[in-house]
Amino acid sequence: MKRPWWLVASHYTMLLVLAFLCVAPIVVIFATSLRQQVDIFGEPLNFIFMPTLENYRAVLQEDKFDRYLANSLFVGIVSTVVTLVLGCMAAYGLARFRFPGRHAVAYSTLLLRTVPLAVLAIPVFLIWSEWKLVNSLWGLVLLYVAVNLPFTIWLLYGFVLQVPVELEEAAAIDGCGPLRVFTKVLLPLMAPGLAAASIFTFRIAWNEFILALVLTDRQTRTLPVAASLFITDIGVDWGRVMAMGSLIAIPPLIFTFIAARQIITGLTAGAVKG
Amino acid sequence: MRTPRWVPALYLGPAILVMAAACLYPVLSAFQLAGYDWSMGTPWSSARWVGVDNFVSAFSNPRVWSSLLTTLLFAAVCVSAEMVLGIALALALEHPVRGMAFFRTLFILPMMIAPIAVGLAWRYMFDAQFGLINALLKAVGLNAQIWLADPQLAFAAIVVADVWQWTPFVFIMMIAALAGIDGSVIEAARIDGARWWQQTFLVKLPMVMHVIAITLMMRLIDAFRVLEVVYVLTFGGPGDSTEILALHIYKTAFVGQQLGVAAAISVLLLAVVALLSWGALKLSNPMKGEPR
Repeated sequence: MKRPWWLVASHYTMLLVLAFLCVAPIVVIFATSLRQQVDIFGEPLNFIFMPTLENYRAVLQEDKFDRYLANSLFVGIVSTVVTLVLGCMAAYGLARFRFPGRHAVAYSTLLLRTVPLAVLAIPVFLIWSEWKLVNSLWGLVLLYVAVNLPFTIWLLYGFVLQVPVELEEAAAIDGCGPLRVFTKVLLPLMAPGLAAASIFTFRIAWNEFILALVLTDRQTRTLPVAASLFITDIGVDWGRVMAMGSLIAIPPLIFTFIAARQIITGLTAGAVKG
Repeated sequence: MRTPRWVPALYLGPAILVMAAACLYPVLSAFQLAGYDWSMGTPWSSARWVGVDNFVSAFSNPRVWSSLLTTLLFAAVCVSAEMVLGIALALALEHPVRGMAFFRTLFILPMMIAPIAVGLAWRYMFDAQFGLINALLKAVGLNAQIWLADPQLAFAAIVVADVWQWTPFVFIMMIAALAGIDGSVIEAARIDGARWWQQTFLVKLPMVMHVIAITLMMRLIDAFRVLEVVYVLTFGGPGDSTEILALHIYKTAFVGQQLGVAAAISVLLLAVVALLSWGALKLSNPMKGEPR
């Protein structure tokens, strides 16, 4: 049944309006980062202005930016890799074996996913002080792996379940060792889940701010913490903070554009079958 | 073939160990810390056992209760706005059209970028002097507002930021759920003479009620965990008009340096979230129907 033209037109109009609303604040971040100080404090509806990279230059040259970028990349990448490896193993174990305490493990994992990070920050600060993990990037990695594991395990659990055991057994009979069964049979079928899990984990580790603020110092700061330092009691250095915000926003934006389908799979997994 | 006991332990052990050390143990320690008076930067051995003093000082503080009230109001307003908007938009736009994949990509952007960047963007747009929102108000002949300096308007600002960020989530969940409905059911209802509102409220929505319930619980839990956007946007101000519980806990611990008291308030927030999580688990048990 063909829909009348006016229905199609209003459908696209609504989609365009919604897309505009979603994108506008993000555009504001990038546009402000390209403005000169006089334009930032000038007329906000003046969309034609002389763009400048001055804010980026200032951010990149001062304040040990390369250090913070390296910290953020380290924390983001290492957390993601470790979470995926441990999450894969745990999901496989939960899906393939029946053992006493399986449900207890599964449910407590699910509950841990909902702990507010503000609640976690206080005892973690104390424990990390005792374990000498404060101001260490590994301390941050350990924390990000722990808070991302529940979601990763549950997402991948669903994917392992979809792979028939018979497929693994057939590969084993054909002479594949356990590692080859995993890499040749399981891994390709779990690829969309792994993509979603890695993006979600990286997003948290890269964007997270409160725990990083509490647990890092001048040497181990990540980019969001460094950005927050532009917000002071006397005001906000808008040009620079938006330049920093844009740089922080770029990797997640890229991931979203190349893997939107996997992200949506991850978002809806568990609630919507399919 | 029976697998030996230690095999599952091998697969699950590392993940359990990490979650236990860096998530479960800290949460349990929060309960312990709530009974002590400990100053930051001193060894734990110098902490003093104070019994229920921290709980007494936490719960006799009217700011804690007003903060709880703010949190409840924030969660209620945000989540109901997001659910109503998300469901309504999904119903209006459920028909598959060309280019939807691209639009969906744009819709998930607000969830993907850093909360600190979200907070900054809205703080700049809500700025009284050079913010975009006041400029737009003036352009259509309305009065400019001092958004972030007025208690009610500041509360509206944090609600707007949250609704902006998370309505797309509800929308995408609902689009996926509606796409899963068997078209012949709707067709049958239509042939039986059901009007569009009957098709919607008596057939479609009941069929996706399960997804609505799970989405609602996920949004509610997350609404109580919000912290970073509000930290950047208002830092709880003006006064304590936008000081949600998570932010109050953070400030008590790391600004006021009262870690024990903050841990005691944490117990309150944990209780709220645990209750909601239990409800979510009841609604959506991923192991439902599996043999033990």
